[in-house]
Amino acid sequence: MNRVMSGNEAVSQAVKLSRVQVISAYPITPQTSISEKLSEICGSGEMDAKFVKVESEHSAMATLIGASSTGVRTFTATSSQGLALMQELLFWVSGARLPVVMVNVNRAMAAPWTIWCDQTDSVSQRDTGWLQFYCWSNQEILDSVICAFRIAEELLIPCMVCHDGFFISHTHEVLDIPEQNQVDAFLPPRKAEYKLDTANPRTFSGGTMPSMFMEFRYKVQAAFERAQGVIDQTYEQFEQAFGRGYHAVEAYYTDGAEILLIASGSAASTVYHTVRQMRESGRKVGLLRMRQLRPLPVEGVLKHLTDGAALAVIDRNLSPGTGGVFTQELRAALHRNGVDYRVHEFVGGLGGRDITAADIEKICDDLENKTADPAGINWVGLNR
Amino acid sequence: MSDRPDYDFCASHDFYGHSACPGCGEKILFRHVLDVLGPETVIVAPAGCAAVTDGVFPHSLSPVPYLHVAFGATASAAAGVRAGLDMSGRENVTVMAWAGDGATFDIGMGALSAIAERNENVLYVCYDNEAYMNTGMQRSSATPPGCWTTTTPASRLKSEPKKDIDAIMAAHRIPYVATASPAFLDDLKAKVERAKAIRGLRFMHLFSPCPPGWKSDPADSIAIARLAVESNVFPLYEVYEGERLRLTCQSSSVPVADYLKLQGRFKYMSEREAEDMQRAVERSYAALKLRHEKSKVCL
Repeated sequence: MNRVMSGNEAVSQAVKLSRVQVISAYPITPQTSISEKLSEICGSGEMDAKFVKVESEHSAMATLIGASSTGVRTFTATSSQGLALMQELLFWVSGARLPVVMVNVNRAMAAPWTIWCDQTDSVSQRDTGWLQFYCWSNQEILDSVICAFRIAEELLIPCMVCHDGFFISHTHEVLDIPEQNQVDAFLPPRKAEYKLDTANPRTFSGGTMPSMFMEFRYKVQAAFERAQGVIDQTYEQFEQAFGRGYHAVEAYYTDGAEILLIASGSAASTVYHTVRQMRESGRKVGLLRMRQLRPLPVEGVLKHLTDGAALAVIDRNLSPGTGGVFTQELRAALHRNGVDYRVHEFVGGLGGRDITAADIEKICDDLENKTADPAGINWVGLNR
Repeated sequence: MSDRPDYDFCASHDFYGHSACPGCGEKILFRHVLDVLGPETVIVAPAGCAAVTDGVFPHSLSPVPYLHVAFGATASAAAGVRAGLDMSGRENVTVMAWAGDGATFDIGMGALSAIAERNENVLYVCYDNEAYMNTGMQRSSATPPGCWTTTTPASRLKSEPKKDIDAIMAAHRIPYVATASPAFLDDLKAKVERAKAIRGLRFMHLFSPCPPGWKSDPADSIAIARLAVESNVFPLYEVYEGERLRLTCQSSSVPVADYLKLQGRFKYMSEREAEDMQRAVERSYAALKLRHEKSKVCL
């Protein structure tokens, strides 16, 4: 069934279709309309779930730690400051191997106050042990949230699905909404091997000595090393069931590309639009859209690297002192794979500033003319 | 090694003993509270003495499911356990939060207030040893005035009154608030029975002697707990729906000084401070007594 809805409404639809049992969330712009819609459909009985309306994001995640430990399917959504307030519990959730799914609507971190989009909130949580997905369309959000539950429950690793505040969260598109029975067949109820059960009393997450702690962390790392296979398989099965597929890295116009741009989220759609136009005027430009930060899908990038193509990452986030996080991650991953390839770094769009088609053409010009800084940050749209 | 969590946690009922200090009030309280609640109970506990002395992985003394959570997460996690159990058709299981004074009066206060405002169906129990004892005796907002801790040293003892957590909780108009003591076990167990039978948020505040922190003889723990009640430093009462207050133990007007002198933590108190404490205790108790009498009339 086709319907027009916003990115945030797509999240609520996916949560409903995934038969989540416990939801907990706290209002924050631009996430709030997800919570509002879920409150409405939980209240009306359209969805059979408990919505625990907490007093902070820290408590939202704490509530899900409790709920997920009983074996039920859980969900929350947040943004920016809210995600940061949850941080100690993000570590807790992955360490406790709880398959919580969260949507983060990307918003820059204050100070100064801003409600507008960048990805610094979620990329700065990369060490907390969550899988991270980045979407560029409302359909992709809906599909990714459904897949996230399967992936998280298979790996026992929590999953964060991100989309850009306002650019996607509040933009309406036509979506194909799957039927409930189709989703039920794809995503059966959660089967928790370990849970709080009075018939089989166990103690969870108790004090652990140096002789045992490292093995807990090793297992989390091992799960991440297995994750890409599980993710790819899940999306393949999703495609078989629903006729729509996604790859960890989506490649567009990469054949014979002399310039390869890497982007994620809504910026990638502007890049896509620009690249298509540039191709029409004969310029050999391509796009690699990164759908994941954790695990970083480096194989998907390697597949499309051709000798001599100028490679540039457009990062809508900043880790002060180094630069864009996707850039740093990719440089490290290429090096780990023994690939010596120059990655140009472009940082822009912070705090909701547009990354325009003109910006992207200029990036391509700078790469072509070799006027881009090959080592440092190339700022996009900065008023110096 | 696989990436699956094969940590089979603990066959908890196979493990006996705990690593608490001799004379620890919390372990006595824990045993008696669980005796009343029975096996259909799930415990949620934050960082603190209870969490540490329950046993180190893979050991646990708890005979019922036990979820360790982050320090400020107790109340919300308990509400989450409740929601999860209710969604799994296990409404009959009691969810008990078991937290110290630091986790309750301080870092977990916002979340506790929130589950009280929402009247979550949780039994929240605070074992109060009046300081951060697990980290080594730092002051909390439950520490009484005139008390030595490592962060209120002899040169600057705590001067602020103890936070009145029971009044705060009762002001949320939750169904049940009670104080109890390991020196009055019948009273304690009767209150746990009542709490168990009530739906909604129940808050119990348990007095928990701590020999290392209080600089007292482990053999005196129960005597100190008894004196705390008899001197009205820690009066025993319960409050229903934030309104009806009932004192459950007659005061015997033992001087506060008798309570203080068994504990090294009060040895730096001046005579003046001890007199101030006596007067403050009398004022608080008189106010409770008044409410007790008024509640009887209201019946």
